[in-house]
Amino acid sequence: MSDMTAEQKVKFYQKGTFTAGNRLVDQARRSVQASMERSNAITSGHRACQGCGEALGARYALDAAMRATEGQLIAVNATGCLEVFTTPYPETSWQVPWIHSLFGNAAAVASGVAAAMRVKGREQVRVVAQGGDGGTTDIGFGCLSGMFERNDDVLYICYDNEAYMNTGVQRSSATPPTARTATTPAVGPEPGNVFGTGKNLPLIAMAHNIPYVATASVANLHDLERKVEKAVAIRGARYIHIFVPCPLGWGSASHDTIRIARLASECGLFPLFEAEHGEVTGSIPIRRKVPVEEYLRPQKRFAHLFKDGGGERIARLQRMADANIKRFDLLREAEEAPL
Amino acid sequence: MSKQHPDVPFAITLDIGSSLANRTGNWRTERPVYLDRLPPCNNACPAGENIQAWLGQAEEGDYEAAWREVMRNNPLPAIMGRACYHPCEGACNRSALDEVINIHAVERFLGDQAIEKNWGPAVEAAPSGKKVLVIGAGPSGLSAAFHLRCQGHTVTIHEAGPVPGGMMRFGIPAYRLPRDIVQAEIDRILAMGVALELNHTVEDIQTEMKNGGFDACFLAIGAHLAKRVDIPTPDAGKILDAIGLLREMETSDNPPLLGRRVVVYGGGNTAIDAARTAKRLGAEQAIIVYRRTREMMPAHDFEVDEALAEGVILNWLTTIKEIDDSGSFVVEKMVLNDEGWPEPTGEFDTIEADSLVLALGQNVDTGFIAKVPGVEIAKDGVIQVGPDMMTGFEGLFAGGDMVPSERTVTVAVGHGKKAARHIDAWLRGERYEHPPRHELADTDKLNTWYYADAPKTVQPELDVIRRQTSFDEVHHGLDETNALYEARRCLSCGNCFECDNCYGVCPDNAVIKLGPGKRFEFNYDYCKGCGICAAECPCGAIEMIPETV
Ligand SMILES: Cc1cc2nc3c(=O)[nH]c(=O)nc-3n(C[C@H](O)[C@H](O)[C@H](O)COP(=O)(O)OP(=O)(O)OC[C@H]3O[C@@H](n4cnc5c(N)ncnc54)[C@H](O)[C@@H]3O)c2cc1C
Ligand SMILES: Cc1ncc(C[n+]2csc(CCOP(=O)(O)OP(=O)(O)O)c2C)c(N)n1
Ligand code: SF4
Ligand code: SF4
Ligand code: SF4
Ligand SMILES: [Mg+2]
Repeated sequence: MSDMTAEQKVKFYQKGTFTAGNRLVDQARRSVQASMERSNAITSGHRACQGCGEALGARYALDAAMRATEGQLIAVNATGCLEVFTTPYPETSWQVPWIHSLFGNAAAVASGVAAAMRVKGREQVRVVAQGGDGGTTDIGFGCLSGMFERNDDVLYICYDNEAYMNTGVQRSSATPPTARTATTPAVGPEPGNVFGTGKNLPLIAMAHNIPYVATASVANLHDLERKVEKAVAIRGARYIHIFVPCPLGWGSASHDTIRIARLASECGLFPLFEAEHGEVTGSIPIRRKVPVEEYLRPQKRFAHLFKDGGGERIARLQRMADANIKRFDLLREAEEAPL
Repeated sequence: MSKQHPDVPFAITLDIGSSLANRTGNWRTERPVYLDRLPPCNNACPAGENIQAWLGQAEEGDYEAAWREVMRNNPLPAIMGRACYHPCEGACNRSALDEVINIHAVERFLGDQAIEKNWGPAVEAAPSGKKVLVIGAGPSGLSAAFHLRCQGHTVTIHEAGPVPGGMMRFGIPAYRLPRDIVQAEIDRILAMGVALELNHTVEDIQTEMKNGGFDACFLAIGAHLAKRVDIPTPDAGKILDAIGLLREMETSDNPPLLGRRVVVYGGGNTAIDAARTAKRLGAEQAIIVYRRTREMMPAHDFEVDEALAEGVILNWLTTIKEIDDSGSFVVEKMVLNDEGWPEPTGEFDTIEADSLVLALGQNVDTGFIAKVPGVEIAKDGVIQVGPDMMTGFEGLFAGGDMVPSERTVTVAVGHGKKAARHIDAWLRGERYEHPPRHELADTDKLNTWYYADAPKTVQPELDVIRRQTSFDEVHHGLDETNALYEARRCLSCGNCFECDNCYGVCPDNAVIKLGPGKRFEFNYDYCKGCGICAAECPCGAIEMIPETV
């Protein structure tokens, strides 16, 4: 009790450590989103639903990329909600150079744009390709795998809302087991999407041994921005998979978008990690662990789990979460509160 | 509408337009609004301090601004940071995360800084030409004098004692409240032009008011008459009362002689203070005898713990029957009945002791007040006042221990402020109306996810040996690093602290950041009313309200 200053490990920025900004820290340590100068890559007036996680995630990612490239950025977009709600001809919400071609070819178009920039000697212009989970994990997968395999100089960002939302919530290979979609109704002995199907694109991307792969979430802005910045600084093929809740498709309240994304990571179902050249290099530890039920309950697509006989399916989902927790060591003590 | 070019393919015939043309605000069924909710600490503070606001200023390192914010409601921060039982902390929302904010320690730090740096309040109001008499220089009288002076009135205090401070001097012992601190904060009030007449016992209020030409009077004489019980004894000299003992500690050069073994009778804070004082005066044995159980003691838990640590012995469920001819104290064991009240058991025991200190509470000396026409004496012998602190006699106000209240320094200070506001209005022929209270920012209004863990700073204490032998202050203050750390733990409940979260999380860019210190605005042209901003505001400063159609 003698010398308090010596004993007290003073952390200065407690108040609002995890918020977008923190008026007590240097501007440089605040998020891009806290800045009055952020580029607002997607400006107001877009037609995304109330509380759209994809609109938010795309602005987070592209604003961060814009800052990191000092505005030298071209975005390529696959078909999907993000394209449709931002760009109903002839209006656009994009405040960055932006090109759309088809549903399945964003990675290939981006490879082309990057090649064109290289040929023109404008290699300072960086290329981001973006698409939904359907456009990425299913129809665009061939193009994307090629882009990885050739190590083309493109950052591909997938906004994962776990189904084909733009056409009315059909199942994709990123739809989780038990989720109800228009094509996986909550009926029969295995209601919703079945267990044992689907693919994990971040792990598949890692298998291509590309320089950088990461998962991110709209619930962790600082982590997301850091990963985008890091990815932008690397040359070659890079992949970021961002978790973006969809109030419409998931049957959740519009104000719960960030909360649900947070619960997805805190229960272990959506681990936040990054990998370089095929090796996991880091993960974000869980801060307040919750059982999967807490994540599932606010979403109508999982409502059947809370009726008769849902318990066993919830237990299976919990085992998936537990496996992630183990695999990515998510319950270790945080080294230091990330800012 | 965009211009059409007839000679190019359809897909590029229209000029590119911005989606800003699309006013998505008309989708909204609810709108977010910024508001300031009432932080629970402020709500619980009997002096009505805006704790959240001054912690915010302290957090930025602007201690003087923080201190001035405290002073708006409480002119005795260094005293209060020590003596107040800090009900604010009992209400603090941070308990939902780790531990409450050590509010009183930061307040004390600010108070001590002000004394060290000689910060002083300035009287800005123009002279009102009105004269107000304050009777009693305890915390309540001093607080009223301060606020009345700030309002521009001429204030004179008449105090019976040889020194000002009331129970802050004659009650609370120096090891909890050093006298130089008390004096410094009183001097600061006097330096504002408040006149103080010591050794001036008021016996006739109306005459004093008339002779002095006073327009109004605030009465704050406290409760100083010790309650007694009849304990048969061959030697009445062995029995004294706690209030007398503590007062003598302050006024006489020779500490009272209590003997080696002292028994204190009672279970309140005064009993604890008397026992701890006895220890410091050299008593080998200081036993508190209390009729009920330890849990039922009105004394605060932390004070009981501190006393026990200093070697005070607690003897509960016991009453004192008599002191017999041999000088032994005959005590009877009590037992709690079904209703939880103590009942005699008929089992007796004896305690050997040299003196008995009665700490059974105090009464108000209402004798000379009852003579004032219209003044009503309430139950328990205190003076009845209205919601405006006025007695039944026009222009005579009263507060502190002498009116129905909890009897703490903080309540007394709060009464002084409240009375001053009403006196000020009354002097102008008006009524003071309190602005409507904001809705409470309780824990369910917060999103605590955004606050990092930060356990509270503990104030270092004086070691036990020195505590048993000296009147040095038991609790030390925080240094600047710790005070800053502590202020930064505050969650800013219900009041925007410009964390930029709403600005960050809006999927529609419908939050406009106005720049440092200017907070934010909603752009209702584009806000779709999703409610994310309100859900993710850490401190509950945004509310969703239904749109009217
Ligand atoms: C031992 C003890 C310890 C306490 N500890 C604490 C504590 O730690 N924290 C806390 O919040 N509260 C504590 N209290 C309670 C607190 O001290 C009182 O509630 C508070 O001081 C009341 O303030 P007051 O201004 O109403 O009266 P007082 O402080 O009693 O002041 C009244 C003043 O009026 C003067 N006066 C009386 N009669 C006349 C007259 N006729 N003419 C002129 N002047 C007169 C008196 O001399 C005195 O100076 C304690 C009380 C005691 C007795
Ligand atoms: C080749 C082709 N097939 C089908 C479609 C119809 N289509 C447009 S968007 C879309 C679904 C997009 O889903 P996803 O990629 O997950 O993006 P989301 O809308 O969910 O963000 C589909 C099937 C199309 N545009 N092109
Ligand atoms: S966290 Fe701060 S504002 Fe909230 S109750 Fe505690 S001291 Fe008051
Ligand atoms: S987050 Fe944006 S759109 Fe949603 S309610 Fe708040 S201001 Fe409106
Ligand atoms: S989210 Fe942050 S910036 Fe916005 S109102 Fe709340 S405290 Fe203020
Ligand atoms: Mg999708």
